[in-house]
Amino acid sequence: MSHRRRPVSRWSVAARCVAAAVGGYALTYLVTAAIAVAMMAASPDDRSDAVLLSSEVSFIVWAVAIMACFYARTALRAWIGLVLAGVLPAIVVFALSP
Amino acid sequence: MKEGFRQSMAWLHTWLGLSVGWVLYFIFVTGTLGYFYIEVDRWMRPELPLQGAQPAALEATRLADAYLRANAQGAGHWSVELPVGRQHNVLEVTWGEGSSLFGRASAHKVYSPEDAAFADPIMPRETQGLYGLYRMHWKLHYVPQQLGVLIVGVCTMIMLVGLVTGVVAHKKIFADFFTFRPSKGQRSWLDFHNLVSVLALPFFVMITYSGLIFYMETYVPAGIDTVYRGDTRAYYGDIEAVDMDVKAAGYAAPLLPLETFVKAAPEHWGGGHADHLIVQHPGDANARVVLLHAGDETVLRDVTEFLVFNAATGALIEKISAAETGPRGARSVLFGLHEGIFADTVLRWLYFASGLMGCAMIATGLVLWTTKRRVRQGHNPSHFGFRLVECLNIGTIAGLPAAIAVFLLANRLIPADVAVRQAWEFHALFIAWGVALAYAALQPVARAWTHELYAATGLCALVPLVNIFTTERHLGVTIPAGDWALAGVDLTLIGFTLFFAACAVVQKRQRT
Repeated sequence: MSHRRRPVSRWSVAARCVAAAVGGYALTYLVTAAIAVAMMAASPDDRSDAVLLSSEVSFIVWAVAIMACFYARTALRAWIGLVLAGVLPAIVVFALSP
Repeated sequence: MKEGFRQSMAWLHTWLGLSVGWVLYFIFVTGTLGYFYIEVDRWMRPELPLQGAQPAALEATRLADAYLRANAQGAGHWSVELPVGRQHNVLEVTWGEGSSLFGRASAHKVYSPEDAAFADPIMPRETQGLYGLYRMHWKLHYVPQQLGVLIVGVCTMIMLVGLVTGVVAHKKIFADFFTFRPSKGQRSWLDFHNLVSVLALPFFVMITYSGLIFYMETYVPAGIDTVYRGDTRAYYGDIEAVDMDVKAAGYAAPLLPLETFVKAAPEHWGGGHADHLIVQHPGDANARVVLLHAGDETVLRDVTEFLVFNAATGALIEKISAAETGPRGARSVLFGLHEGIFADTVLRWLYFASGLMGCAMIATGLVLWTTKRRVRQGHNPSHFGFRLVECLNIGTIAGLPAAIAVFLLANRLIPADVAVRQAWEFHALFIAWGVALAYAALQPVARAWTHELYAATGLCALVPLVNIFTTERHLGVTIPAGDWALAGVDLTLIGFTLFFAACAVVQKRQRT
């Protein structure tokens, strides 16, 4: 049988759902953009390849983000984790954006 | 820590499943049936002739060539679809004024081997066929396409996480694969759920991930937004074929026999064959012959696989190839694997069987939840959420197949000349599904299951029967004629009848 042993409030669940859906999507978007602009910077002639590859891997990022949001010990940690994970991609996007 | 991870992922798995499980079931059912949409489409258009022996590719090309030269001089384009492979089952020619590759046709003729002549195509009853149902697989129905695609995308993403969490939650995934404890209620459902899930797991991962790829740029437009500054059209222009139009020179030149080009195709395509020829500006000095690669010969599902020849000299002007490597190749392969257009008969039935296992995976998961809850909360809990899940389970797991049988019955029973029959075939499906959901809400659970499983049984059985009384395309005609594609539809329905009958019998026995 597998049910949670730690009591989890509805608010915590709701907050994690929003984190996974909205926050996770935002992180996915950032990471995708970061990969795309990084690939563009590396080889400016392959625009479509940059979009293709970054989009193709985007769902792995989102899947991991969703799982992480529900593994985190608290909903706050889930959000903090997303924000921290987004720092590096955000820097890459702002630095390399054409 | 490890205990916490498995448990939290198991929790996530359960609630993801309960959030969209019924939509996923619909997506899997319509997608699975979609692997045979070409065959069922033909079944749903019983006015069309039976599948007879067709001329071979070169002979067909010669026949089309002769006919077009005699009847379509001066056209802007000729198009010949050869009866090669599964995508084209008859020899068809069209022609029209415009010269763009897929320009509108003003005339359309189909070759009849019995009469050894081209004739106007028989106009079958208006129906969107199974293709209409299959299309709901990615854009649903009754909602605008964009919204449907979005909803399906969200569900697919949830499915992906559901698969991963399902594997993570399963501690002894290999040992348990060989565990099946029948007649133990909830434990049996868990074993069955694990069995179907693990058996076709590689297929499920492939089908789910590749499903996301189709509209990935719509779901996460970050790439286009940054690298293309939001210019979606430029992006698609870069990765997909543009319609190649060519201007007429204005003076005449002889057109080589079309079979020359069809013969040349395998050498340029490493053995691959053409199944579609388009002649732009036939008879003109600038005339071109464009060959399209038969879609069922390669797993690469890319719209660009053209050979462009000079029609007067036979020289190859351009070879536009599907991407085989890199991110573009990956996309092409993923599309190809998902759609399975390349699959031959055996592989196609394997795809179908895997899809059915996906339906079983979702169904057993949903039922497992209710049986578990029942055990935990005592028999017949009346909590609203629980009742909702039970009704959705019965009305969808048994009700949707019954509704699809109703859809096929509607195809037979709505007269061919009714103007709105196309839409009403679908309305019939959704009305039947609605009735199934409502019935589940009004009956006690165990009885509802029995009745709905019997309904699914009866309705599936009814389709081949009604077929006998309404058309000349029932088993008594299709089997002797050797049209196994059409016969297969009725035979598969008989197979489903037996399956639902078995489910109904087992369920009835277990509820006492």
